[in-house]
Formats: sequence, C-alpha cells, structure tokens
Amino acid sequence: MRFSHSALYLAVTGTLLAVMAGLGAYSCFAVVAATPRLVRMSLMVKNLELTDLCLFSEASYTRHLSMADRFTPFQDSPMVFEHFPSGAVAGPPPHLIPIQNRRWIQGGED
Amino acid sequence: MRDALERQRHILDFTIASLLRRKGKNGSLLAVYTLIIFILASVLFFTHALKREATEVLRETPEIIVQRTMTGRYQPIPLAYADRIRDIRGVITVQPRLWGYYYDGNFLANYTLVVPREDPPEPGKIDIGSGISRIREAYPGDIIGFTGHDGKPRNFSIRKILSDESQLISADLILISEADYRDFSGISADQATDLVLRVRNPKEYTTIAEKITRLLPDSRPIVRTEILRTYDAVFSWRSGLVIVIFSAAALAFVIFAWDKATGLSAEERREIGILKAVGWETSDVLQMKFWEGSAISLTAFLLGMILAYAHVFFASSFLFAPVLKGWSTLYPQFRLVPYVNFGHVAAIFFLTVVPYTVTTIVPSWRAATIDPDAVMR
Amino acid sequence: MISARDITKTFNAGKPNEFTAVSEVTLAIDFHRVTILKGPSGSGKTTLLGIVGCMSRPTSGRIFLGEREITSLPERFLTDIRRRTFGFIFQQFNLIKGLTVLDNVMTPAYPTSERFPSLRKRALETLALFNLEHKADAKVEWLSGGEAQRTAIARSLINNPSIIIADEPTAHLDTKLSHEFMAIMRRLKGEGKTIILSSHDPIVYDSDLADSVVEMRDGRIVSSGPRP
Repeated sequence: MRFSHSALYLAVTGTLLAVMAGLGAYSCFAVVAATPRLVRMSLMVKNLELTDLCLFSEASYTRHLSMADRFTPFQDSPMVFEHFPSGAVAGPPPHLIPIQNRRWIQGGED
Repeated sequence: MRDALERQRHILDFTIASLLRRKGKNGSLLAVYTLIIFILASVLFFTHALKREATEVLRETPEIIVQRTMTGRYQPIPLAYADRIRDIRGVITVQPRLWGYYYDGNFLANYTLVVPREDPPEPGKIDIGSGISRIREAYPGDIIGFTGHDGKPRNFSIRKILSDESQLISADLILISEADYRDFSGISADQATDLVLRVRNPKEYTTIAEKITRLLPDSRPIVRTEILRTYDAVFSWRSGLVIVIFSAAALAFVIFAWDKATGLSAEERREIGILKAVGWETSDVLQMKFWEGSAISLTAFLLGMILAYAHVFFASSFLFAPVLKGWSTLYPQFRLVPYVNFGHVAAIFFLTVVPYTVTTIVPSWRAATIDPDAVMR
Repeated sequence: MISARDITKTFNAGKPNEFTAVSEVTLAIDFHRVTILKGPSGSGKTTLLGIVGCMSRPTSGRIFLGEREITSLPERFLTDIRRRTFGFIFQQFNLIKGLTVLDNVMTPAYPTSERFPSLRKRALETLALFNLEHKADAKVEWLSGGEAQRTAIARSLINNPSIIIADEPTAHLDTKLSHEFMAIMRRLKGEGKTIILSSHDPIVYDSDLADSVVEMRDGRIVSSGPRP
C-alpha cells in the first residue's frame, strides 16, 4: 500500500531530528577528543608567550588584536580605519573602548 | 490516546497533501527560510566555537604584558624598566619578550617573529609556522632569505616546521634566536619589545597594573583577562558589515513570511469553509494550520541547523573564509572544535519556528469560526 | 423523523441589511424517505437545508433529530452529530482543488480516529461504487462534470451517514447527468438512506422517487405533502 503523506513527513522530520541528535552526540565526543590537542596548543601559548589567534594576518593591529592600541589603525590618516576588510568583522579589543561606548559598539555578550 | 494521535495523523495527511499542491511556492519558501536559518546558525556556531577555542587555548597567555608607548606609538622598552617593575610587591618575575613583524613583499604576507625563551633555534636557524611553509613551499633544511632592518639580506636555514594542528595560533610564526633577532631588527641589547610579568595573586592584576602606570607613566600594561576578553568581543558581529547586509535580507524574509502567513487568500478562506461544511470543527482547522506552519518552519529549522553545522565544523566555514581572510594571504587552515551552545539552538528555534507557526494560525482564527453553511450561500 | 418547529432564520439582525431567509417554518421529514424542497431561488430552501443538517442554528425555533433536541447543543457536539448523521452534496460540489479524488473523499473522515489503511480502503470501495476507482489519484480539477458530481456524492457517503442532503444537485448538470444523479439517489434510497433534496428542477421534483414535496416561497412553506 502507498504511504500516507503524514508518514512521509514524519519520516523526513524523524530523520532530520536523528541527524541533529547525531551531530549533538558527535559534538560531545569531538570536544573530548580535541582536549589533548587544545592542551598542546595552550602549552605552546605558554612557552612562546603568545597572546593572540592567527586569524587576520593582514595588518599588525589585526594580527595581535589584544596588543593593538587605539592609535594604530589611525597611524597614517583617519581614513585608514577599517582599511583592512577584517576590520569589518573584528572589533577593537574591549579594553581600548571607553566604557561609555562599550555597549553600543560591541553589542554586549556573544 | 491512540485515537487522538490518529486524528492528528489524518489532519497532518491533509496538511501535507495541501502543501504539496503548491510545490514551487512552498518549496521556495522553505528554501529561503532554510537559507536564513543556515546563515544565522553558521554565524552563531562559528563565533561561539571560535571564542570557546580561543578561551581554551589562550588560558596560559602571559599574565601581564607591559608595553612602552611614545606619542601614541609603540617603542622598545628599556630593560631597566624590568628592574623597577620587579620591585613592586606581588610581582614574581619580569621577563623581556622579543617579537615583531616581518612583511614579506613577495608573498604579500605578514609574519610574526618570536624569540622563544625555551629551546630557541641556534643562530642561523629558524622554526616556521606551517602557514609560511605552505605559501613559500619551504621545508626543514631549506634556506630562506629575509631582508633585515638595514636592507641587507639574511639567510636562515629551517630547523623545523611548527605543528600543523596548532595553525590557529602558529601559522605565521617565525621562531628565531635572540642574537639573530637583534641583528635582524636592529633593536639594541638593552631593549626588548615588551615585558612579561608573573604575579603572585590573579586578584592583584589591576592593582599591579595601576602601580606600573604610576611608576612608569609611558608604559601600558595589558592583563590576561583583557586578552581573553578580546576574543569574546572579536566578532562583535552585530556591528559587522555581514550582519548589516544579512539583517536586510532577514527583514525582507520576515516581510515575505508575514505576508504569506498572515494573508489568507480567498481560495484558502473557501477551503476552510469547505472543511467546516464537510464536518471539520474549528479546532480541527486550527490544528491543520498549526501543522502547516510547523511543517514548514520545523523542516527549515532542522535543515538549516544541520547544514550550518556541516558548514562550520566539517567544511571549515568555507563561505565565511573570504570575509575572514580579508587581504591576508596567510590564512590558517583549521577545523574548529564543535563547541555548540544549546542555548543558541534553542534561541534560533524560538525566534523562527514559534513566531512563524503562530503567524500561520492566528489569521485563520476568524476564517475558522465561520458557520459551516457559509459555502452553501 | 426530523422535525422542525417554528424555525426562523434572520441574517444581519439589527442592521439595515437585515433579512429573514426562513420564517416560522414547521416541518416533519420521515426517515428512509425522499423529501424534496421545491421553490424558486431565494425561497429559503438552502437555508432550511443548512438548519436541518445542523450546519447553522436557527434564530428561533427548534430542531429534533428523532427524540433529541439538537438546536441548543454546543458546536462540538453539533459537528459530531452532523459528521455522523448527515452527508452533504453541494450545488458547486465544493471539492478542494489540487487534491486528488481520493484525498477529497477522505477529507470528511479526517477528524475521526479511523486508522489510515482502513479509511483508505473504504474510500476506494466508495469510489468503486461510482466507477471512479481508476480516478482515485487524479486531481479533482481534471474531472468531468459527472465525475466531479460522483466524487462529491462519494465524499458525502464516506462517514456512512443515514441522511443525505443535496442542495440543487442538478443545477450544474445536463439532462443525462441529472437522470444519472437521480438513479444514484434511487440506489441510496434502496439502501435505506433518508434523502433530502432542494431543487427547482422538474427532473428532481417530478421524479417518482419523491415521497413528499415541500414547496417554499419567500421563506415560508406554501404546500407540503406526498407528490401529487
């Protein structure tokens, strides 16, 4: 006999839910599995006294975000602020933002 | 219980058959909806996982770093500063740190030079990050040349490549001996790039930082909590360009979905009338509308979530790469640890599935309460 | 017996466009018989059918189904009674476009808890009664007028009602199809169904099938009794 429409829908939804649950389980597993690597990386951070992620290597103030100071992006002229595309995604580190502007610029939490 | 389930199955049968009638329209609605959830979830997954990973990895970053500034620019810090800081109570050690940047004009890449305190390469040798190795096709034993501060070329032989798994922190690093670094950069022997402090009690970070600023007014201390906070705020994506564009797209969808969900066409109204006339109750019609709204939004939610997960954690967020890379030629290849914040998943669910389903049901309310004989008139 | 006592139905009460479709109608309809409501359009036939079939409530007056007074029942019970007791055939057929013949026929049974396989089997059997089983998966807009009519009849029978109500059933049919419809009604009467038809078509009200004819005009009954 032919399947009813609802059987089809429930099968699809069930499959998707199962995949999602599977991904959730995979997450838990992968997080545990990644611990040794993260420990090795944090040891490297400790030994080399590193401070930042190597995400945006295009300019010194984006490469070491937390080391940047408020003037670096402006050092050539005020127009070079956001000169590099990563400036659009990466905000300035919070300790450089005057407190009264913080909420507005960062939007607060993650 | 079983009867109630069977009834719902029937109503669902009707709903799905009814949705399948307009395959093109409902299919494109589902596709756009899925895309919106995909983008939203990708952004959330990516930023959350990256932040978590940054927090884990940067846990052991220096406690306090003291830089020296002059007219707003960084200057090398005299080693004599270290002795004065060491006298502050609560400071255990003060160590000079030597590091800097090197711009490689041929490959348009910025490298980070670091002088390691432990196991430094002997003079004439360097360790390089795997990102540099990749773009310059340089391997252990190869000779690599850089131009020093005086314009003269200097050759280094590669001792080893830093581990591939640590690219997220080490892709652009060049580890170099202190002697070579001073010769290469021209920084004098009584100066360092900045100072690294170890402190007895983390609670005293701020007090010590204040004392340093008072003692050495041209210095700028950066404490570990600030470094860690940087990555909590780095993708303050609400101010980012991507999100501005995205929110416009999302808004367009909201208007579209609102129109689709709230506007009951004459035909839909007539169908509700027929259903009432053939013996459906008001509540049956509303349940049908509930299934209609949730079938579309739940499917879009599940599909969007799964695709976003695959995109971020299995496909290295390849769609975001152009945005993140910007102009950098040296971008680390990394696969994020799949940290997922289940609160985010729930938030997306409640911000998409629930409102959509509600906006499907509410406008049908009036149509569903008409007299069953309306279609006879 | 279905009896209606002093039924009045007023639409838009209290507004300038207030109008009374049915006024003070008292009527008795026997079970297992064919009753025809005859009269010109606008005479209140359809409204009366709707009230008798529990589709709408009268503004005043009462309806008894057997011994049971049904006028004052809440909507849920009324719908339940309507679903189990009455099968409706509408003038415009009112099939749901885009769905298959089978889906349309099963629609009235969806709010019940019958298992899908048995429901589907019954629907196919009902379609077979009208030689429509080969059209089960066809969409209703592809049907001819006669097929659409028979689909509508099959749909009215899916919940196995004891009373069939048809409103102007031949209005959109040619003579041949009208006779075919009456033949089907004859068959259903033979099975013991009670049939109530409204029509101003002589093929219907002059048929020897009619046990009693109620003539209406301006919302009132002008004559009633066995077919002359």
